[in-house]
Amino acid sequence: MRIIVCIKQVPASLDVRVDPKTHNLIREGVESVINPFDENAIEAALELKAKHGASVSLLSMGPPQVREALRKGLAMGADDAYLLCDRALAGADTLATSYTLAQAIRKMGSFDLILCGRHAVDADTGQVGPELAERLNLPQITYVSKIEITGNKVRAERLLEESREVVEAPLPALLTVTKELNTPRYPTALGIMKAAKKPLTVWTAADIGATPEKIGLTGSPTRVTDVFEPPGHRRSEVEMLSGKPEEIAAALAERLQAAKIL
Amino acid sequence: MAEAEILVFAEQRDGQLERVALELVGKARALAGGSRPVVAALLGSGVEGLAGDLFAAGADEVLLADHPTLKVYRTQPYADVLFPVLKERQPDIVLFGATSLGRDLAPRLAARLGTGLTADCLDLALDPQGLLVQTKPSYGGNVLVHITIPRHRPQMTTVRPRVFPLPPLDRARQGKLVRLSVNLVEDQIPLKVLEVVPRPQPTVRLEDAAVIVAGGRGMGSKENFKLLEELAQVLGGVVGATRPPVDEGWIGPDRQIGQSGKTVAPRLYIACGLSGVVQHTVGMQKADVVVAINKDPNAPIFDLATYGIVGDVKEIVPALTARFKELKAKGA
Ligand SMILES: Cc1cc2nc3c(=O)[nH]c(=O)nc-3n(C[C@H](O)[C@H](O)[C@H](O)COP(=O)(O)OP(=O)(O)OC[C@H]3O[C@@H](n4cnc5c(N)ncnc54)[C@H](O)[C@@H]3O)c2cc1C
Ligand SMILES: Cc1cc2nc3c(=O)[nH]c(=O)nc-3n(C[C@H](O)[C@H](O)[C@H](O)COP(=O)(O)OP(=O)(O)OC[C@H]3O[C@@H](n4cnc5c(N)ncnc54)[C@H](O)[C@@H]3O)c2cc1C
Repeated sequence: MRIIVCIKQVPASLDVRVDPKTHNLIREGVESVINPFDENAIEAALELKAKHGASVSLLSMGPPQVREALRKGLAMGADDAYLLCDRALAGADTLATSYTLAQAIRKMGSFDLILCGRHAVDADTGQVGPELAERLNLPQITYVSKIEITGNKVRAERLLEESREVVEAPLPALLTVTKELNTPRYPTALGIMKAAKKPLTVWTAADIGATPEKIGLTGSPTRVTDVFEPPGHRRSEVEMLSGKPEEIAAALAERLQAAKIL
Repeated sequence: MAEAEILVFAEQRDGQLERVALELVGKARALAGGSRPVVAALLGSGVEGLAGDLFAAGADEVLLADHPTLKVYRTQPYADVLFPVLKERQPDIVLFGATSLGRDLAPRLAARLGTGLTADCLDLALDPQGLLVQTKPSYGGNVLVHITIPRHRPQMTTVRPRVFPLPPLDRARQGKLVRLSVNLVEDQIPLKVLEVVPRPQPTVRLEDAAVIVAGGRGMGSKENFKLLEELAQVLGGVVGATRPPVDEGWIGPDRQIGQSGKTVAPRLYIACGLSGVVQHTVGMQKADVVVAINKDPNAPIFDLATYGIVGDVKEIVPALTARFKELKAKGA
């Protein structure tokens, strides 16, 4: 069995500010980590590997520093990693990202399972998984909190707003996973040493045979036209109530009655 | 050429329209004005009866796909029914609720159509050229972005439930019901739903509650959350929370309000021992009356409160409960 895990590198802190003049994000000095849900995906792949025997390949599109994220995944126990790194890929929205990942996966060869995170915590669309499944014509199972493989089928539990759903699909399939699935392991010292020797392949857009019109900003239908901080949900005037607790309670009750809320 | 239509995916579950379907039809109607058609796509099994509400909310046309294979949502059959419809009708805009279902289905269709999709929008507007400007939160709600889809059609978006009001339902409004032909064969659908287990829900859904008593980290313990239950009970309300109490296990994750929780719009919101950071307030800013109780007079929650109380929740909350009980006993 071969499992491909798609991972995205994201800022460690989401506490970003917006430059009021340029409307650009101020991200100086912010450390990068593997998107948390993608660590759950790696962990799930490693658990399946331990149980059924499998090779686990990591795939990421991003700038050169994404190597660090891939090395960490290798140190956790993945077998090899692929980085799609090319200026022409920059500015991709989810349509272009899913196209690029699909091109790479076709080149990576056969596989049984693709795992993605339920969403990336920075841009937070949750769209890459389903879009990738569509491009590869695979069944998709989103919001997965449990995975079982029997023969050539995957049985998964999905966590929805009001229910848990158990579904089954033939392999190959694509799953997007939640944090309820597992607790990701930390790399061990031995794992980190081994990771340095594991294959990390870097491909350009040309290497994966990508059509230039379909990648990066050019291949992206969506445009971010403005970036700003939320206006803050300030109300006009707050009336402060003071006194002993009983007095405050009486004053509040009176006001709520007047407003026909009580 | 007639102006291109706005299409709304009318999500239903178990034969009941999701509230967001009506919210979106209402919003589509507002965006469309009088001249552009608003069309709702309704998929399911035995759901024809739901078309009436969609017309009443503002739809001119309802496209109905009624078939046993569509009873419980699955990505592929829903996408297979909708794709040719979108391809043929070429709507200008397609709106989905940003529910687990909408966020599963919309990207599948966007990729098949080769168009842009914006996720989890908090607002929609048309710019002077008629382009849809979509407001979406990012970085856990710390940042908002405007996104447009200048050249590709349709412009697709998933919209968070509860950001638009329920439109008034005009029962006199009529529309056209169009039946879609459905050629699905169960054996050809790879994915099977084996089991659906309801997750335990509060008796009143947080989203529907008229009164919410919300607690934050400042409540201090699971025991103290009982004070909130008591207050909520006399008010006929429901207890909600910020994220820390959920992380601490003082209360279930289904009660979290905010960026990564629920969006609520009660008549009365009592905020107890919570600071009011934006990831929380984004989920409750539409409350009518906000009462804030916090020991720190500079807590940001006071900026959006109608009434503010500086004090210890462990003293104030029981006093409120006692007073409201008294009034209730008097039949007020
Ligand atoms: C503020 C902001 C808002 C944006 N809004 C939109 C929008 O509304 N619509 C849109 O189409 N694009 C949008 N984008 C662009 C989008 O961030 C990129 O396309 C990004 O590459 C993938 O989207 P995501 O971060 O939302 O990932 P998600 O779709 O949330 O990621 C889900 C999973 O897909 C996999 N994955 C995602 N990215 C990669 C990658 N680069 N390499 C490998 N695996 C990956 C991971 O497993 C991840 O857990 C936005 C970008 C920014 C900065
Ligand atoms: C990606 C992301 C998503 C998030 N999503 C959410 C979300 O959906 N919902 C959410 O709520 N948060 C969310 N958060 C977390 C959010 O940023 C805040 O950490 C959280 O809302 C703070 O909760 P709080 O106000 O209860 O705690 P704090 O900020 O610690 O505030 C506690 C308050 O209680 C007061 N207090 C303490 N003791 C007492 C007392 N005895 N009496 C009265 N007052 C007292 C203090 O003065 C203080 O103001 C998210 C964060 C991230 C990064």
